[in-house]
Amino acid sequence: MSSLAMRPCGDFRTSYKADNTIFETKTIRLMTIALIAIACGAPLVLDGYFLTLFIQISYLGIAALGLNILVGFTGQISLGHGAFFGFGAFASAWLNTSFQIPVVLCIPLAGFLTMAVGMMFGMPAARIKGLYLAIATLAAQFIIEDFFARAEWFSGGSSGSMAAPVNLFGFEFDTDQSFYYIALFALVFMYIWGCNLMRSRDGRAFVAVRDHYLSAEIMGVKLNKYRLLSFGISSFYAGIGGALYAHYLGYVSAEGFTILMSIQFLAMVIIGGLGSIKGTLMGVVFMVLLPEMLESIVGLMKYTDWGNIPMVTDGLAYIKEMAIGLVIILFLIFEPEGLAHRWAQIKNYWKFYPFAY
Amino acid sequence: MVDKILKVEQISLAFGGVKALTDVSFEVEKGSVFSIIGPNGAGKTSMLNCISGRYRPYEGSIHFDDQEVTHMRPNDRADLGIGRTFQNLALFGHMSVLDNIMVGRHHQMKNNWLTGPLYWASPAQKEELKHRRQVEEIIDFLDISHVRKSIAGTLSYGLRKRVELARAIALNPKLILLDEPMAGMNLEEKEDMARYILDLNEEFGITVVMIEHDMGVVMDISHEVMVLDFGKKLVSGLPDEVMANEHVRQAYLGLDDNEQLQEVG
Repeated sequence: MSSLAMRPCGDFRTSYKADNTIFETKTIRLMTIALIAIACGAPLVLDGYFLTLFIQISYLGIAALGLNILVGFTGQISLGHGAFFGFGAFASAWLNTSFQIPVVLCIPLAGFLTMAVGMMFGMPAARIKGLYLAIATLAAQFIIEDFFARAEWFSGGSSGSMAAPVNLFGFEFDTDQSFYYIALFALVFMYIWGCNLMRSRDGRAFVAVRDHYLSAEIMGVKLNKYRLLSFGISSFYAGIGGALYAHYLGYVSAEGFTILMSIQFLAMVIIGGLGSIKGTLMGVVFMVLLPEMLESIVGLMKYTDWGNIPMVTDGLAYIKEMAIGLVIILFLIFEPEGLAHRWAQIKNYWKFYPFAY
Repeated sequence: MVDKILKVEQISLAFGGVKALTDVSFEVEKGSVFSIIGPNGAGKTSMLNCISGRYRPYEGSIHFDDQEVTHMRPNDRADLGIGRTFQNLALFGHMSVLDNIMVGRHHQMKNNWLTGPLYWASPAQKEELKHRRQVEEIIDFLDISHVRKSIAGTLSYGLRKRVELARAIALNPKLILLDEPMAGMNLEEKEDMARYILDLNEEFGITVVMIEHDMGVVMDISHEVMVLDFGKKLVSGLPDEVMANEHVRQAYLGLDDNEQLQEVG
């Protein structure tokens, strides 16, 4: 939320419409559009490795935005987001193979199906809070995981299930280059959806429930409805993200959707910034790129003098994992409000740059 | 016959063994300013909580606009037109002032989680802008336009009280409950607040029920005053009558020096 001071000199708003935009200033909007345009051209230049990373950012980013709507904006907690992500993946593959529904429709349908399941497990959320809710959603995580393992008609049991590539007007999006555009479109669409949600009636109601639920109720906000709805929307996002993941890889197996994944989603949201939409994306980019960067840094260590010490060579893989942990801990200590907050501070600093004092 | 907007009949409320309210009944005239006074712990806020729905009385009934609301949920009462402010500020601290007041329009808006995000392609944008216009009028009325984009939690106490009043007015209420609107304010801010209360009563025609400790303000602006003491209603009536009442002076207002001397004899 921008304050008056963040607007450049001479930028006056003359209508309420102009004052209600998603982006704070025209420049930011133009830069975002330019960034998306550049991203559209990326497959022509970048090789498969970077495209894979981007697609990963895209489906994880969609799911993480859902979690941020639940945790950051509504103030609930969920430890079952990874399971919902998996449910979306299986649901989309299942809808496609069992009912021959085109994949393009399967993805949103899987979203709604996951939403229904999320709301079912979210029902306690309307009644309990904090740690108790965390445990209740932890139960959801394990129940859904167990369901994947046992419901062979749905998930193919231990052998997993195949997911067909996205097919639009006879064109198959089965390469990294082509799927990249699906991922980019979904990411942009879901983020605009989230931005608009947060600046309209129901989004405000979510934040009101988080900040002061008693007075929200006095203001006419139905607490139970909004707590449940928030769970539903968060699962909807997870489902869409999961469905994209399924149709990108072409194969879904139950092993990936564990509590570790749920916690990773939470980490993304916390590092990015609770209650910030652009922060979510920053957090996801950070969490996806960090292991890759550390991988290459650790790779460089082989060429130093230490590279010959057996203890180091044996431990290289662990050094990477430990470094990820360390970076996250340092982050939480020095920037507990997330990357979005840091970003705002950097912007503030440059705004007054030579006259900061 | 004068129209009664709020009828409270023999309300009793207890927390365990503590009787917060015992058999309290009163009626509030449409378009009046009704004040509840009394010493601390007398049950004034409990009374407001019963009317706004945070507490359910275990005996008695509350009628608002000829409709029974005793067991209604608070959010449904907001739809009927009961707005309130809190004693210990209950703003949405991380939202901008504008968004805080827009939440007050919640029950008058229709866009939902499916139409809201479609924004441009649905009536949502039009609705948002329509309500924004009305909210701006309230912002103008309460003179808080300079802080409309500030985060509510960063404002000063006096401003926050005003934003809370703005949020309650945005509900478009017929009855507004004010819990100590002037607590902790200096003389100038109190005068402003008294003016706002009178204006919203006279110009918007909103009935006001308020709790206040500042006797000067209470006597000046209210049409009727009720005194609570230990959860019981002592007396109610015109401000001057209440002021002169012997019991009230003993329980709450205190005797002046001469009378005290006489009592000691």
